[in-house]
Amino acid sequence: MALLTIKNLTVRFATSTGAFTAVDGVDISVSPREVLAIVGESGSGKSVAMLAVMGLLPDTATVTADELIYDGHNLLTMSEAELRKLIGREITMIFQEPVASLNPSFTVGFQIEEVLRFNLGMNRKTAFARAVELFNAVGISEPETKLKAYPHQMSGGQCQRVMIAIAIASNPRLLIADEPTTALDVTIQRQILDLLMDLQEKHGMALILITHDMGVVAETADRVVVQYKGRKMEEADVLTLFENPQNSYTRALLSALPENATGDRLPTVADFMAAEAKP
Amino acid sequence: MTLVIEGKALTQDYHVSAGMFAASKTVRAVRGVDFAVERGKTLAIVGESGSGKSTLARIIALIDAPSGGVLKVDGQTVDIGRKRLTSDMRSKVQMVFQNPYGSLNPRQKVGDVLMEPLLINTPMPADERRDRAEAMLAKVGLIPEHFNRYPHMFSGGQRQRIAIARALMLNPALLVLDEPVSALDLSVQAQVLNLLADLQDEFNLTYVFISHDLSVVRYIADDVLVLSDGVAVEQGPREALFAKPQHAYTQQLFAATPVTSVAAIKARVERRQLARAALSP
Amino acid sequence: MSETVVKLSDAAIRRQILADFWFYFRQNRGAVVGMWVFLGLVVLAVFAQVIAPHDPTQQYRDALLTPPFWQEGGRIEFLLGTDAVGRDMLSRLIHGAQYSLFIGVVVVSIALVGGIFVGLLAGFFGGWVDTVIMRIMDVILAFPSLLLALVLVAVLGPGLTNAMIAIAIVYQPHFARLTRAAVMGEKEREYVTAARVAGAGTMRLMFKTILPNCLAPLIVQATLSFSSAVLDSAALGFLGMGAQPPASEWGTMLAEAREFILRAWWVVTLPGLAILISVLAINLMGDGLRDALDPKLKRS
Repeated sequence: MALLTIKNLTVRFATSTGAFTAVDGVDISVSPREVLAIVGESGSGKSVAMLAVMGLLPDTATVTADELIYDGHNLLTMSEAELRKLIGREITMIFQEPVASLNPSFTVGFQIEEVLRFNLGMNRKTAFARAVELFNAVGISEPETKLKAYPHQMSGGQCQRVMIAIAIASNPRLLIADEPTTALDVTIQRQILDLLMDLQEKHGMALILITHDMGVVAETADRVVVQYKGRKMEEADVLTLFENPQNSYTRALLSALPENATGDRLPTVADFMAAEAKP
Repeated sequence: MTLVIEGKALTQDYHVSAGMFAASKTVRAVRGVDFAVERGKTLAIVGESGSGKSTLARIIALIDAPSGGVLKVDGQTVDIGRKRLTSDMRSKVQMVFQNPYGSLNPRQKVGDVLMEPLLINTPMPADERRDRAEAMLAKVGLIPEHFNRYPHMFSGGQRQRIAIARALMLNPALLVLDEPVSALDLSVQAQVLNLLADLQDEFNLTYVFISHDLSVVRYIADDVLVLSDGVAVEQGPREALFAKPQHAYTQQLFAATPVTSVAAIKARVERRQLARAALSP
Repeated sequence: MSETVVKLSDAAIRRQILADFWFYFRQNRGAVVGMWVFLGLVVLAVFAQVIAPHDPTQQYRDALLTPPFWQEGGRIEFLLGTDAVGRDMLSRLIHGAQYSLFIGVVVVSIALVGGIFVGLLAGFFGGWVDTVIMRIMDVILAFPSLLLALVLVAVLGPGLTNAMIAIAIVYQPHFARLTRAAVMGEKEREYVTAARVAGAGTMRLMFKTILPNCLAPLIVQATLSFSSAVLDSAALGFLGMGAQPPASEWGTMLAEAREFILRAWWVVTLPGLAILISVLAINLMGDGLRDALDPKLKRS
């Protein structure tokens, strides 16, 4: 049974020039312990879809779906209080800009302990011990010292580890990672991705990885969903997607990769989309 | 086989003040870098953040004077610390920046953005400036209708094209490109890389291309220079470097770069299936 | 990019920008109300000669201290009553709008131009230039604004012009500080470096490249200073150091009416109300401006 089932999700924003459809009838499902990559370029709606599931969109957004079911719970009909028990506990999220995601005025220790105490109801001593434990689990050296540091004193990679620590503190069953390595150097990206995969295996979490980087998809995903301009273009397991892509947009994306270049010029999406009818 | 640009033992120091009562520290961002680029070729400078690549880019683009070392453009030694740049020298080296959303003045119309370098550096009359600007706009794949618009009305890829057009207005010999496609989507990246290749052929341009993305570097570079902590740890022709990286840092970079080949994916998927089967028999 | 692109003329682009601005400004209802009231004031001031029923300096000896028309003893030809020497209140108030707007515009213009220039120098050059300029600004800011204006007026002599100059000097540091902060923020942006690479010199960088991008906070501060200028000149007028009688400036009217607070409330209250309404309207408008300018930064 799928852990998360999304059917016909549509998100519309009210803007000064009328309504804008960011996500248009998207179906996504994730099984327990599965790594799903949602890949698309900017404007594909990949982040907006997951933010809609988490309830993190602004008031100008209208979210509609036929089904939005997590582990048998219907997220569309649940009350605020019930949702809060799931979001942030069983389903957690990490974002793209690690330094900006942390409050610059407080130490990282304060911020992770805040989550442990108010979200998970621990007392101060237990929260501190658990914070040290979590920092060790995400590979931060000298955790006791680092707990007293401020976000601007830490590197991007370390801040992302802190974010991951906060996200796994509640032992979530589903972790959504929105472009977690885009802002990081390639060697740090490798470390963070390895960490995420490691934690995913160890804790048996499902992981939804949102990215625009096909390389990240190739290295981490079990299954892949390709989105373009708010619509789902293709869904396949990772090997099939790279070996035998069915959709023209997927094929365009794969051939636009510089490592797949077969000549002097890189083919562009326009070359592909013009030649074939859209689904 | 003319050398368009040559740098020897370039160093750059930053003085970081440590408050009123402590002595200021000196941070050496670039340490003794040597490089040379022939006309019509592309040198790719690879490095991560903190490697000094942007600092080096600013030296090469004649924005900042180096603390030490010699920089030669077209055989002539250039020292902007000593003497102000002539219009002629300024026209020889131009730059394209990384952030398409920050490198265009939000209050300046695109047409004015393109005409400004001509206005400042040449005695060209207004209508000739306008003609040149419109021609360049067309060359980078935009249309005359875009001339009157403000940058926020364009997408990231289009803005980068405008930035490239601006850099070419003075007919430079050398273009310094600081991660010009890093902030762009994959398909837009392909378009911009194609454009850069076409322009290089047409105008016989020399590129110094800074990037952290090895797949892009492999695609466009003739020579590669790997920068780590201000030091050029390895440099050489592209094929040689990619075939057999010598330095440990270069090897680390290669190891960290994601691989998208089907074979690698197959291997990883099989590994994972085995691991999962072992966990839950 | 397959949208059909139409050649947009300069006018069309300006219209689009105005439409965008209006969309966001409209959402703050107080600001819209303030704007209409302010526009009403402008109309009154511009067409004062035509709208006012009487000449503001005309003294009607037979109608001294007439109450407003709805009170007992009031007369229809003097809708809001008359003052101690028989001048029509309504006409005086309408002409007073001229003074207030004039004062606001002149004071803000002087303070803006001076403050921008000084702030640009301080922000762009930094170092000792910045230090010297900012310390001078700090000294000016350390004085209570009205006190400093009084001192300057006492030195220069009472009168509206001197009052305006004094107030403008006192407001200048606010604009200087804002400009300096904005310039320091914009100076490191990539488009400034790009302009440098295109060969721009210091003057061009300061005035043509950076300054246009610093205007949003300055415009907001200008509207707030406008209302403060109206208030301050009314205060100076009240103290006898601003516009001299028989000028129908609202503050001066208040000063002349001090002794009539109990006897003839309309001589005191109405100018005070006029000041209150104008200042409130301009402040509300300024708040709305702050939200509407550069909306792209807030709603992406």
